[in-house]
Amino acid sequence: MKINDLIQPFVFLLLVGAVTPLLGGYMFKVFSGKKNILTPIFGKLENLILRVSGVNPAEEMNWKKYLWSLLAFNFAGFLLLFILQVVQKWLPLNPQGFGNVPFDLAFNTAISFVTNTNWQAYAGETTMSYSVQMLGLAVQNFLSAATGIAVVLALTRGIVTKLTDNLGNFWTDLTRSVLYVLIPGSVIVSILLMSQGVIQNFSSYADIKTLEGVSQVIPFGPAASQIAIKMLGTNGGGFFNTNSAHPFENPTPFSNFIEMLCILLIPAALTYTYGKMTGSKKEGWIIFGVMMFLLAAGLITSMYSEFSYNPALNTAYNLEGKELRFGISNSVLFSTITTDVSCGAVNAMHSSLTPLAGMVTMLNIMLGEIIFGGVGAGLYGMLIFVLLTVFIAGLMVGRTPEYLGKKIESLEIKMAIIAVLIQSAFILCLTAYASVTESGLSSLGNTGPHGFSEILYTFSSAVGNNGSAFAGLNANTVFYNIATGIAMIIGRFGVIIPVMVIAGSLAGKNKSPVTSGTFTTDNYVFAVLLIGVILIVGALTFFPALSLGPIVEHLLMKGGVLF
Amino acid sequence: MKTIITTIKVLLIMTVLTGIIYPLIIFGAGSVFFPSKANGSLIEANGNTAGSELIAQKFESEKYFQPRPSAVDFQPLPSGASNLGPTSGKLKAISDSLRLAYILKNNLSEDAKVPSDAVYSSGSGLDPHISYENAVLQSERISKARNFNEEKKQQLRKLIDRTLENPQFGFLGEPRINVLNLNIELDKL
Repeated sequence: MKINDLIQPFVFLLLVGAVTPLLGGYMFKVFSGKKNILTPIFGKLENLILRVSGVNPAEEMNWKKYLWSLLAFNFAGFLLLFILQVVQKWLPLNPQGFGNVPFDLAFNTAISFVTNTNWQAYAGETTMSYSVQMLGLAVQNFLSAATGIAVVLALTRGIVTKLTDNLGNFWTDLTRSVLYVLIPGSVIVSILLMSQGVIQNFSSYADIKTLEGVSQVIPFGPAASQIAIKMLGTNGGGFFNTNSAHPFENPTPFSNFIEMLCILLIPAALTYTYGKMTGSKKEGWIIFGVMMFLLAAGLITSMYSEFSYNPALNTAYNLEGKELRFGISNSVLFSTITTDVSCGAVNAMHSSLTPLAGMVTMLNIMLGEIIFGGVGAGLYGMLIFVLLTVFIAGLMVGRTPEYLGKKIESLEIKMAIIAVLIQSAFILCLTAYASVTESGLSSLGNTGPHGFSEILYTFSSAVGNNGSAFAGLNANTVFYNIATGIAMIIGRFGVIIPVMVIAGSLAGKNKSPVTSGTFTTDNYVFAVLLIGVILIVGALTFFPALSLGPIVEHLLMKGGVLF
Repeated sequence: MKTIITTIKVLLIMTVLTGIIYPLIIFGAGSVFFPSKANGSLIEANGNTAGSELIAQKFESEKYFQPRPSAVDFQPLPSGASNLGPTSGKLKAISDSLRLAYILKNNLSEDAKVPSDAVYSSGSGLDPHISYENAVLQSERISKARNFNEEKKQQLRKLIDRTLENPQFGFLGEPRINVLNLNIELDKL
């Protein structure tokens, strides 16, 4: 291990912390409708879009209306993306003449992009035409991210306001996310990426003769524009099969640095926005701190594991599945943050990581994608745990639990538990089913405990809406396309719906005044409790499954066992 | 019903905005500011397109530097990795045989330290780089295959040093050598 292997992650995390208040403060202005630096450019366009669509921006929605608009919009997005794929053959910008995408794969991919998962059972460069990539996949990259932001805004308003059922306007929130945050960010990032060599063209693939005279077909496409939003929107669906390991998607260490920054940028900044919205920046920073602590713990474990000697393969520097320009340090950092956040882009193959580093990626997802988490989704997921912690702390001291002056009662806790349990239940049940059926096992790429890890990772990734994979598993089968498709819907809307119910319920409550007996949530005691609750829930639920996969593999590897 | 109409309208507007206008703006910016890079960093040798600087290609001849092993045999449609895990017997067998082949090809001693990038395949299968150590270990063989005299050997050493890319801004990424660039320059020696 070189000193530089430590400097890179350190500089990176420092920069994330530095940018958080800047972007977070900007987003606060955007989402509370205040004048901001981009209002002169996009203000008129925002009004125009809303007017043409027949939206009255002044109309406030209650939780049911908000949720119904969100679900209708996501369903329409699913239909459009599904249709685009199954009629691909007849659409323009298809220089390679790709045929229509099969129904089960199109179903899986459409759900995958609408739910911000971007699980890829297909290889982009041999399946999807340029028009489907642009009009279908990239559009959902924007819209699924904006949907996540909308949900967390609604929940925050529910916490902040009192005695009302108004949670804001879904269409306004969505439009503002896209116009003021996602598009400007993506334009800047695209241009930076192109300066490093990421491609952006509409040419047909080049058939060239190599120096030794062999034929090689080089794929092209409008990649830069899609990769920028894939990272910023924490989507993670690559333009090419090997995602950000592909030199056209991620050509230099600097492009890699930008892509990593994009993964964390919005989720981290939203904690600050949250602090501003609740009127106490400290509330936001405590959540940021808890997330950063969990991130760092995972990163240190991964680093330690990857730089240790592997007796089974007899190597201490395993570059299998990694790109030389990134080296081990950047590959490990990328794998950790892409699973902390529900991004799922990869710059190294997670399946070839050492068992403990692979376990960190899995556990990050299993905890519910709350270590910064997906755009919006990470914060509302974390707020669920905040409510549970407040509840448990309330039980311990024997007071009615309150969060920021709102009484946390039976309905909120029931909904919070549903949101947490539904994810764990689907991950474990689907993994168990796939582990004992022919349709599940016939896709395996590795044997031994690593084979089990492939299945466990698959369903964790689908339910967690992450989208990365232990890609030895052949996921493009009817069984996996349907099963992961269902898992992705449950993992997304099985959380969004309870969250919206909580938002509606909290909005209707009065705020109780702060007294000397109030349990405050802007301090280290609360941070420690919150970390405890997250780890106990995560560890108790998944420890048995992880023991069968990465933990036993680690022990056997240390004993030099091969499969 | 009103929600459904709004849904359709917003979806269509957003599709035009983020699915057509946005990528076209980026396409325009790329064509103006980074025409070569946006079109795949293609490079020429002897007047023909010899490939992309970013995409590894297969080199088997004794006379050229060899890239990292590729799980897709350097065919980019589609890119791919082995995805073999850290306790995979198959991976052990492959890396052992690659190590042996590397030692034989480059005439090294049996207990020579073979660089990791020479025996483990990359994530994309298209990694265009090798490590400095890997290039240096191959240079003896290449000098021999090309009948280089001492002066040419010196030039080759200098060429390797010149092609070495250091970490960006002094700290990002690993030192590395682009194999295609190196081989094109090698032909000019």
